[in-house]
Amino acid sequence: MINVNRQGEVWVFAEQTDSRLSEVSLELLSKGRALADSLNVKLAAVLPGRNVRPLCQDLIACGADKVYLVEHDLLADYQATSYARTLCQLIEKHQPQIVLYGATALGRDLAPRVASALRAGLTADCTDLQIGDYTVPQSQDVHRNLLLQIRPAFGGNIIATIVNFDRWPQMATVREGVMPLPMRDGRATGQVLCEAVSLTPADLPVQRLDRQHAEKKVNLKAARIIVAGGAGVGSRENFRLIWDLANCLGGAAAGSRAAVDLGFIDHDHQVGQTGTTVRPALYIAVGISGAVQHVAGMAESAKILAINSDSEAPIFQTAHYGIVGDLNDVVPRLIKAIRAKA
Amino acid sequence: MPYDCIVLAKQVPDTKAVGANAMNPDGTVNRAALPAVFNPEDLNALELALQIRDIYGGSVTVITMGLPKACDILREALYRGADRVILLTDRRAAASDTLATSYILSCAIRRLARYDLILCGRQAIDGDTAQVGPQVAEKLHLPQVTYVEKLESLDGMTLTVRRNIGAGWERLRVNLPVLLTVMDIANQPRPAGAKRLMKYKKAQAPAELGPSPDPATLDHLGRRGLLIEQWNLDDVCADLRWCGRDGSPTKVHRIQSVVLRASGFKQVSPTDDGIRRLVHELIEDHTIG
Repeated sequence: MINVNRQGEVWVFAEQTDSRLSEVSLELLSKGRALADSLNVKLAAVLPGRNVRPLCQDLIACGADKVYLVEHDLLADYQATSYARTLCQLIEKHQPQIVLYGATALGRDLAPRVASALRAGLTADCTDLQIGDYTVPQSQDVHRNLLLQIRPAFGGNIIATIVNFDRWPQMATVREGVMPLPMRDGRATGQVLCEAVSLTPADLPVQRLDRQHAEKKVNLKAARIIVAGGAGVGSRENFRLIWDLANCLGGAAAGSRAAVDLGFIDHDHQVGQTGTTVRPALYIAVGISGAVQHVAGMAESAKILAINSDSEAPIFQTAHYGIVGDLNDVVPRLIKAIRAKA
Repeated sequence: MPYDCIVLAKQVPDTKAVGANAMNPDGTVNRAALPAVFNPEDLNALELALQIRDIYGGSVTVITMGLPKACDILREALYRGADRVILLTDRRAAASDTLATSYILSCAIRRLARYDLILCGRQAIDGDTAQVGPQVAEKLHLPQVTYVEKLESLDGMTLTVRRNIGAGWERLRVNLPVLLTVMDIANQPRPAGAKRLMKYKKAQAPAELGPSPDPATLDHLGRRGLLIEQWNLDDVCADLRWCGRDGSPTKVHRIQSVVLRASGFKQVSPTDDGIRRLVHELIEDHTIG
């Protein structure tokens, strides 16, 4: 681990594939900015790769004060061992106090390896990050201005706040869509620091033979209106009700994890902690009970309408409007009323 | 050629079957109220190891770190075909986070010394971190491939797998030894074998026989191949500074039961009239066009 360094910067690992920055890295910059300001330290992005220098300006426009640019032929393609070595070398050199990673397939492959090498703490899939104090129960020692790493746990039945007061850097991964995208400021200025790193071909034991990238069929994050169905919809055939309601509103269809697991709708349409986090103007939850992991993905919708036959369903605690009734009866009535007004 | 596989497995509370009494009044988790299960993706990892052995020969050793009752999953591993199972149990390992857990597991693997592949589930359903696999790989200085959805080929010391990358997949090639984390979509775990179940349901670890197990009982189990091996932190030469609470950088500051917002929703009648008024309201405030 590195020493507890109160002057340490807040870092965001800038993930890029084929020279395109992942959205989650930019989202982390907006949160990183808030954390850095709160701690009165600088925010930096770490960008390893090859021929990725043009991305520095995007990172600065999204709030980074600095970019640590690490260009190396052996970093052209991501691999756990080479990238972890790179991050470790930089962290040991510059001693940041916080390092954030997107909880993507890449981030979840990389961050634990860095944490292990540094013997530092790492919390996965945080749904919120704050700066706060922590008192050690046994000794009553107080540690101020720590990164409070907040996440649902235990199948989503509890919210845990995790801290790491002495095995720094404090590191966390955050899923895409949890933090908002930052505003881009094209006139922002920042430093680009070129960093050298020591790597050999032995750091690249894995060879990529090929890759197939499937573009997502639906962009839930951009949808203004979302109609989501849960297990209560009953079948893939009956999910037609969800599609019909979404279509008549000009919105997107979505599903809870239960609906996806049951095969009612594809994973691309999943809303929730392990799916996509959305903030539409209107979210209609049909036959969704409202488990924490689902609510975590849609609670910030401007207006939430819940339709469920169970008046005790937790979803009603999060909804602005609620209809207690049989969705097979209510949804057609809703479609009819919307078409009548249109 | 035969391959020696080590499978890392965890017994977890069945978080998918959480009922009303899962939480204590003080907000802590009532683990006693939850049935404990073989972590689902670890079963997929075991299945992959067994398939490798079925095709190429070799051995499958399953290790679990936990309380003595974790032997339930070791027996389940035996029913499915594991050759050797080991319980790693020690009070001093309690409160270990992923870093401490991966350290302890890596010590156990070092004691086993001989292996070609280490397999574990992508993540456990209680912590959901997916960290232990990569951290064990780092500690053993092994390459890792996470999110494995398919083993494509195993040719001498060269392994080819398909890895899930969220929106798509990639095909990767790596030389053994390697650590793989396996996804639920990789395979369908085989059920317990009837004969193996009949034999191994009597298998036990010393810790399950009480504080001072009768040596004759242990001897009897041992001779029938029913004594589950049991190691503690000293057996695996673990440095206690890296174990348990002291070895865990991440500490739980606070646990809160999910606090649901006070019920403040506008109840809409499930009638044409009620629904029409709702639609009218949503159009009025420009929520719907």
